[in-house]
Amino acid sequence: MTARSLLAALAGVICIAAAADPAERLADPHQEARARAIFADVRCLVCQNESIDDSEAELAGDLRRAVREQVRAGRSDAQIKRFLTDRYGEFVLLTPAFSWVNLALWGGPFLVVLAGGGLLASRLRNRAAEAELSPEEANRVRRLAESDSA
Amino acid sequence: MMTAEFGSFALTLALACAIAQLMLSTAARIRRSTVLAAAGEGAALAAFAGVAIAFASLIYAFVTSDFSVANVAANSHTEKPLLYKVAGAWGSHEGSMLLWCLILTGYGAASATLGGGLPRGLKALMVATQGALGSVFLAYTVFASNPLMRIATPPVEGRSLNPLLQDPALAIHPPFLYAGYVGMSVVFSLAVAALIEGRVDAAWARWVRPWALAAWSFLTVGITLGAFWAYYELGWGGWWFWDPVENASFMPWLVATALLHSAIVTEKRGALAGWSLFLALGAFTFSMLGAFLVRSGVLTSVHAFAVDPTRGVLLLIILGLTSGSAFTLFAWRAPQLSPGGLFAPISRESALVLNNILLAAATATVLLGTLYPLIREALTGESISVGPPYFNATFTPLMAALAILLPAGPLLAWKRGDLRGVGQRLWIAAVIAVGCGLLAYALVSPKKALGCLGLALGVWLIGGAISELVERTRALRVPAADSWRRLVGLPRGAWGMTLAHLGLGVFVLGACFEIGWKGEAAEALSLGGSLDVGGYHLVLESVGPVDGPNFEAERGLIRATRDGKPVCTGEPERRFYPAGGQTTSEVAICYRGASHLYMVLGERRETMAGTPVWLVRAYWNPWATLIFLGPVIMAIGGLISLSDRRLRLGVARRAKAVAGEQPA
Repeated sequence: MTARSLLAALAGVICIAAAADPAERLADPHQEARARAIFADVRCLVCQNESIDDSEAELAGDLRRAVREQVRAGRSDAQIKRFLTDRYGEFVLLTPAFSWVNLALWGGPFLVVLAGGGLLASRLRNRAAEAELSPEEANRVRRLAESDSA
Repeated sequence: MMTAEFGSFALTLALACAIAQLMLSTAARIRRSTVLAAAGEGAALAAFAGVAIAFASLIYAFVTSDFSVANVAANSHTEKPLLYKVAGAWGSHEGSMLLWCLILTGYGAASATLGGGLPRGLKALMVATQGALGSVFLAYTVFASNPLMRIATPPVEGRSLNPLLQDPALAIHPPFLYAGYVGMSVVFSLAVAALIEGRVDAAWARWVRPWALAAWSFLTVGITLGAFWAYYELGWGGWWFWDPVENASFMPWLVATALLHSAIVTEKRGALAGWSLFLALGAFTFSMLGAFLVRSGVLTSVHAFAVDPTRGVLLLIILGLTSGSAFTLFAWRAPQLSPGGLFAPISRESALVLNNILLAAATATVLLGTLYPLIREALTGESISVGPPYFNATFTPLMAALAILLPAGPLLAWKRGDLRGVGQRLWIAAVIAVGCGLLAYALVSPKKALGCLGLALGVWLIGGAISELVERTRALRVPAADSWRRLVGLPRGAWGMTLAHLGLGVFVLGACFEIGWKGEAAEALSLGGSLDVGGYHLVLESVGPVDGPNFEAERGLIRATRDGKPVCTGEPERRFYPAGGQTTSEVAICYRGASHLYMVLGERRETMAGTPVWLVRAYWNPWATLIFLGPVIMAIGGLISLSDRRLRLGVARRAKAVAGEQPA
């Protein structure tokens, strides 16, 4: 399958930002906006690579309802996310946790930048040292120049 | 009809030719025989012809709806429009692998025919490596995924192609994407050949460049078509989802972009030869990794598409075998390469190295984000998700850093650059960019600091590209006629670079504006009901049934007005495809300048009173056209650069002939 067609398969059924469904919305627009921000970080567990913000799957609807209820009850984002991870594991959040086991994931890109920068710096330094002539070489150059002009 | 058998036969013959190509060309290099080399090149052409015949017979089977061919029965339907019957030939795993082989042998034939200026030994080794790649992939196709297999009891009707895939942009995007992926094979073969010969110099970098440029341009177009398709076909207004499958196509693009830049340093200054080789091997490795990830199902295991673990294992073996041996060769030979010319910390070389560091880090980000769930599962047995928030936090800052540095690069001199001179040439662009960002922050509501920052970056890139052009033509400093002469006389390679950088700026501008100020509204509307988005007032006027060739649909008529004045109408559809039992949505997009008013007709419901209502969603996607226009400009830049005299194939040969004629 081509790259895109598999994505289509991932979508499975068409999913049109299901969270915007007016039937589900919270009355308070501020709370609704908070709920939507949380949805974008919560994975629809049955549809692989989609957030519950996008998914039309039934389970995604259930999760949205649960999150909205908690937002309405005044719980904080962190509390709501902890509630979700307690129930479904780390898998449910689309942002991987900042933890030791994820060190390579979060640190990897910056390690590449550091390593690349280090290599560049060392090359610039070494080659600059190489570019300077040793006293013998300088003498040879002078002699050659003199014999040439002679 | 015997066409499928004929095609299978031609495919097997192509495999034999590819093996012959490998052996003849290797022998040609060992014995330094031009006869054997010519035979190897002939075998490359024959392999291409064989695959072309097989591919034609597969298309024929699809067009004639020959359901005795298993692949046609699984992926086609008599009522499907002709375009999608043809596109069905590459719509499945087996068919797409055949397309892969067609393009691979096509590049093999092209490099055998066009590589006249290359030294004989290098060319023979390149053709041999192409033959090795062809043999492996053709063997896989013939023995493990032959799309021309028959079934004993053909069904009366086929199972049809997934309706989401029945779309013009999607139908034509795999050939572009594959021309990009597989184009990296020539670069790979050239790198392997250079490693065996033990010489990587300016000439090598110049030979690599046209192939890398062509593949990069195709890949750019392919990815953009795919993103555009996702944008209007999936119906939720997004165009990039950081999905593993998208990432698989993005990684070779990032590596190829890095290669295009490092190859310049190798060509002009003889430096970074080892790194350019590494990238040349890496680009095709990532192409193959993508092919493996998409087909094996390791990342998307629960999905409906027929993914086959045994085939995944075979592809992994191919990947390990080809890339493994190439990188082993690299580890053995690369340390012997000369380190090349000197350069100061402030120089074009340094700028291009920084570009490569950031692109390499970006590739690492995408790779880690794609594979880390697998790694975690193997290490700790827990599954985690790596979604868009991760990429936004890592990939985006790296690209922002790249965008900040980019305009300075082309203005720096080789070896030792002058930062103050760069500042003098770029300060106008910088002032305009910062001004635009601040102006947007002051005027556009709601206030989005990050959106404004992105906007300023886009303007900075565009301004930088224009400043570079001004510098090259000395506009405003010499008479206009002089500038004009300089402008016309600019080499195409320079135009290509400027356009590519400009295109990136256009893309950044569009992406940041769209992400920052997108508007969304959704309501359950009865006929005559309305909703508001982005300053537009949308009324659902009517909904009626539509009878399509292979679907039934409901089509809505939505009238959009702004300040009471009619603006446009949209006719979004909700389609039902009985053959596969799927429902899809055809969005309606009303183009307002570069911005889009995007309308989706959702499911039909009933109110308590029994009147029908439809879930209507609308998005206001400001400047969304730029998101797709930018990459198109980049690809055009690539193609223009490809037509540069310096790179035109055969120039080296002609120059040599001329030199030969003159008395010494």
